[in-house]
Amino acid sequence: MTLPAVAATQLTGAGSSFDYPFFSKAFYVYNQKNPDITVNYQSIGSGGGIAQFTARNVDFGATDVPMNAGELARAPGTVLQIPVTLGGEAIAYNLPGVTTIHLTRQVLADIYLGKILKWNDPQIAKLNKGVNLPDMAIVVVHRSDGSGTSYIFTDFLSHVSGEWKSKVGTGKSVSWPAPSSVGAKGNEGVAGQVKSTPGAIGYIEMAYVVENNMTAATLQNKAGKWVGCIPETVAAAAASKPEVSPTNFSIVDSAAADAYPISGYSWVVVYKKPADRAKELYDVLSWLVGPQGQANAKSVDYVPLPRNVQDAAAATLKQMQR
Amino acid sequence: MQNAEPQFRRVARFVSPADRGFAAVVYAGSILFALLIVGLFVELVLGSWPSIVKFGPAFIFNSSWDPITSKFGALPMIFGTVMTSLIAIVLAAFIGIMAAVFLADFAPRWLGQPLSFLIELLAAVPSVVYGLWGLFVLAPFMRTTIGPALQHVLGWTPLFSGPIVGVGLLTAGIILALMIIPTVTAISRDVIAAIPRDLREASMALGSTKWETAIRVVLPAARVGIFGACVLALGRALGETIAVTMVIGNRPEISASLFAPSYTLASVIANEFTEATTSIYISALIELGLILFLVSIVVNALARLMIWSVRGSERV
Repeated sequence: MTLPAVAATQLTGAGSSFDYPFFSKAFYVYNQKNPDITVNYQSIGSGGGIAQFTARNVDFGATDVPMNAGELARAPGTVLQIPVTLGGEAIAYNLPGVTTIHLTRQVLADIYLGKILKWNDPQIAKLNKGVNLPDMAIVVVHRSDGSGTSYIFTDFLSHVSGEWKSKVGTGKSVSWPAPSSVGAKGNEGVAGQVKSTPGAIGYIEMAYVVENNMTAATLQNKAGKWVGCIPETVAAAAASKPEVSPTNFSIVDSAAADAYPISGYSWVVVYKKPADRAKELYDVLSWLVGPQGQANAKSVDYVPLPRNVQDAAAATLKQMQR
Repeated sequence: MQNAEPQFRRVARFVSPADRGFAAVVYAGSILFALLIVGLFVELVLGSWPSIVKFGPAFIFNSSWDPITSKFGALPMIFGTVMTSLIAIVLAAFIGIMAAVFLADFAPRWLGQPLSFLIELLAAVPSVVYGLWGLFVLAPFMRTTIGPALQHVLGWTPLFSGPIVGVGLLTAGIILALMIIPTVTAISRDVIAAIPRDLREASMALGSTKWETAIRVVLPAARVGIFGACVLALGRALGETIAVTMVIGNRPEISASLFAPSYTLASVIANEFTEATTSIYISALIELGLILFLVSIVVNALARLMIWSVRGSERV
């Protein structure tokens, strides 16, 4: 009897829980093709991922918001930040009997600001003629845990509302102003809260909305077109800005015709000079951001990087010393 | 009395090496725990020092929690922690003690033993399961049935006013109560069972009914032990994190209504620590931990004082 061959190399990564389902799938597929390399990814949150990466406890980190100047300064080496996947955030709602609802960016901001409090408010009714809107209080649901999802959503609100930008701002955790707001932990928490509360509205990762068969609002984008949160519209937002970089990464409120306005990247961070296993790390990551790795995104309801962003990511990775 | 002490000393001199070794192990064990507590306290103070210096005592009385502008105050979380624990202990004490009386004095053997086992099994359910049940079953039930009923009867008090979202102080308190009932019941049952039979028989002989005996004789005799059970349960309620986080609504606001969303010290830490980036933010979160530590100590100390005063009055 022979034992199965022990994996020669194990790469470790830690960070974003958003990336986890995609990474599990992609790294599993990679391991099937390259049995001597396994990737052990720990979904501990972006902040934790950056901390572990800075301490050089892991080979790579993953974060929904790129490392900022302060975080880069604390890292013991030059850091390369590479976009790895894309996500959109659907605006899920729970209105018994209402199967479709249209919201402008401004109305959505006013709901989260607490300026529109009822579903039959004239501003919502105006956009939804023929829809029987109930006289029901809007329960605003947001993430209670610090998350990249909240960062992208508040970044979007700051882009479309000057009042939001000055009163609340953009961040992973913010002070939510709406009087009837409720915080829930994780995408599953927000989804659960929206599902069990008539009158609720909440922002949730697209994959969760698809898997849970929830109804989501159609939004008007900057170009004036009505768009739903589907992989094509999210990809359109990304494709409209191929020059994405860690310092200029926001793709919310894109001006492109078909772009969904609440979209964002997730990032992998590696050292330009990894301590060891550099060759293997480079191979895995360049596969991940390339067409073969990205092909795994769709099966788990993630959006593959547009081709031009894949190329840019590959070019950044090439700077790694291996 | 005067002879007793020298005798005791003489015996103490004949200590075998094994006894000395055992004593050393026992002392070391207890010192280790004392050191752990002190170390924990020192570490929490060190970690929260930047926040203590920056915000001072205002941290405890301030009610804004805004990571973007780095304005931090703990008051809503202290309120939420104390309120949820109070609701929980009031509910759990009542139900738990009644269950303990039933199990110890009323239940027939064939029923009492499986029931005890089931109640103790509740303690083994992971808190995240309580949280999920709370979010998907209790919170909607609270919104559609319990909440409106309470509001119908008691809506005139501020405690039961306002919109009912489902999650909130009361829902969190009920979940916590369910989680600590096993502690209250199991300990109280053992304490009640340990009350001498003579007391019960004497009470019955004087003509008391079974329930008069339980309420007027057995429970008063067991009150110190039952009180201890409640303190232990309260400790668990104060620190419980995940289940509460899932059903409390996570809103740092003080509201008179028990239906309103709230926040607890432990929940904020669980929610925000992993993604806290600035050092003052992390420090403020650690200071919340320090406050939770101090709240637990104060609650335990008060309980101890009450037990001592009860015992003291008994001795006289």
